[in-house]
Amino acid sequence: MTDVFIVGIGIHPFGRTEGRSGLQQGALAARAALADVDLTWSEMQFAYGGSDAAGKADTLVAQLGLTTLPFVNVTNGCATGGAALFGAYSAIRSGDFDLGMVIGFDKHPRGAFDPRPADWGLPDWYGETGLMVTTQFFATKLRRYMDIHGITPVALARVSEKAYHNGSLTPHAWRRTPTDVNTILSAQMLNDPLTKFMFCSPSEGGVALIVASERKARALGRAGIRIKAVSMRTRPQGSFEVFAPYLDLERGDSVSATASRAAFEMAGVGPEDIDIAQLQDTESGAEIMHMAENGFCADGQQEQWLAEGRTRLDGALPINTDGGCLACGEPIGASGLRQVYENVTQLRGTGGPRQVKRTVRTAYSHVYGAPGVSAVVILQC
Amino acid sequence: MAARPVAPDLFTSAPTPRLIGGRDRATGRIVFPLPANNPDYEALELPTHGSLWSYTVQRFAPKSPPYTGPQPFEAFAIGYVELPDALIVESRLTQVAFDDLRLGLPMELTTTVLRTDPDGCEVLTYAFRPATDRKI
Repeated sequence: MTDVFIVGIGIHPFGRTEGRSGLQQGALAARAALADVDLTWSEMQFAYGGSDAAGKADTLVAQLGLTTLPFVNVTNGCATGGAALFGAYSAIRSGDFDLGMVIGFDKHPRGAFDPRPADWGLPDWYGETGLMVTTQFFATKLRRYMDIHGITPVALARVSEKAYHNGSLTPHAWRRTPTDVNTILSAQMLNDPLTKFMFCSPSEGGVALIVASERKARALGRAGIRIKAVSMRTRPQGSFEVFAPYLDLERGDSVSATASRAAFEMAGVGPEDIDIAQLQDTESGAEIMHMAENGFCADGQQEQWLAEGRTRLDGALPINTDGGCLACGEPIGASGLRQVYENVTQLRGTGGPRQVKRTVRTAYSHVYGAPGVSAVVILQC
Repeated sequence: MAARPVAPDLFTSAPTPRLIGGRDRATGRIVFPLPANNPDYEALELPTHGSLWSYTVQRFAPKSPPYTGPQPFEAFAIGYVELPDALIVESRLTQVAFDDLRLGLPMELTTTVLRTDPDGCEVLTYAFRPATDRKI
C-alpha cells in the first residue's frame, strides 16, 4: 500500500465574512490549495468534503468545474474534517486513486448552537427543561475532572491566554486580541467554572487539502509531508458525551483516548515523539482534559505544565499553535482540517511570527465532536 | 392549583416522586428515560437518593424553543446524580445555593415548577435537592 502525502493546502480566514456564503468560502479555500501546489481542479480524481450548516459540499462542483469526479459528502459534526480526511486517505491507500481533495467549510449564526431534541433521538422535555445545552456538558465534565485531579481556574485561564496570544500572530485566526489571565477569569460566567473567554464560538471559514499517493507526490516534487496515521472512532461504552440524560455507573474510556491510541499504534510513534499538537479546545478545559486523553501527560499534570508554559510556542510541547478553536472559532465542517492546515504550515516552517522555533518533524492533531466522535491525524516530514 | 408533569412516563408523583427508567429485558442494563414504544425495555422506578457526581450553573438563557422556563430568565443549577446500583442521572438541582454545590453531596429526588402555562396550570419537572434525611 502506498503512503499518503499532503501536497497542497488552502484556507479561507476564520471568523465572520459578511456577504460570503460558506460554500463560497469553501471554493476559495479549494482554489488556494490548488494554487499552492500549482494544480487544477480538473486534475482532482476525487473529493471528500462537508459542512454542518452551510450546504452540501458536492455542489461545489458548480463553482469549481463539472469534471464528473466522485465527490463524497461527509457529515460527522465537529469531526467532519477528520472523517473526510479519513475517507480520502483510505481512497489513496487502496491504490485506486493518486490525487484528491479534502474540503471542509461552514457558516453558523451567532450564539450557541441550538440543536433540536428530536434530531438527537431525545424527548421534547429534555429541551423544554433547559438541558439541551452543549456548554453544560463541557462544564460538568470539566467540574468533575478539576475536583478529582486538582486543576484550578487559573489553569483554564492560562489556556485561553495562550490561545489569544497565538491567535494574535495568526492571519487566519478570528480573535486576535491578546487577553490576560485576570481579564479571562473575571469575564462573565456562562457555565461555572467557564467564563465567556474560555469558550470558543461558532464561526465561519473553509479549508482544503490536496492529498496524493507517494508516486504522485514525488512527481510533483512535494513528497515532504507524510500522513503517518489517520484514525477515527465513535464512542465506546461508558464514555461521557454531550446530551446524555444518564450515564452508566461503570465508566469507560473517552472516544478521544480510543482514537489517540489507534493513531499512535498506526504511526509507530508515541506521545514523546510529537513536536507540536493541535487539540480540540471547544473550551479551555477541553484542551486540558484532551492533553491527558491523548497521552501527552498524566491526569493532573496539566496544572504544572501550564504554570511552566510548556504548551506555549516556545515550550516543550506547543499546543494549538494558531490559537485553536478558542481564537479561530469553530466552523464545524472546517475545524478539524484547520488543525491539519496548521500542522502542515508548521512542518513547512512557514508559520511566520507563530512558527515554532524548535525543529518540528512530527505533528499531531485531534478533533472531537458530538455525539462522541474523534479523529486523530499524525503528520511527519 | 392544577399541576401536570412536563411529560408522561417521566416520573411518578405519589406518594413521593420516583423517576421512571427502563431495564433492558435481555441484558438487565438500566437506562433513563424509559425508551418510548420499545418492547425491549420494561419500566423501572429508579432510586430516589444518590450523590452529586458533577454540576454546573446555567447562567445564560438557553434558546427558546426548545427551552420553556420562566421569562425573564433565572439562572439554575444542573448536574449528574449517581444513583447506587442504577445509573448516573442528569437533572436540575434545586433548593441549594450555587456556592454549596460540591461533588459527593447527598441528594434526593423532588419536583420543581418549570413554568406556569397560560391556563394557570403549573408544569412540573423532576429535580434533585440536598438530602433531608439519611437514606444513603
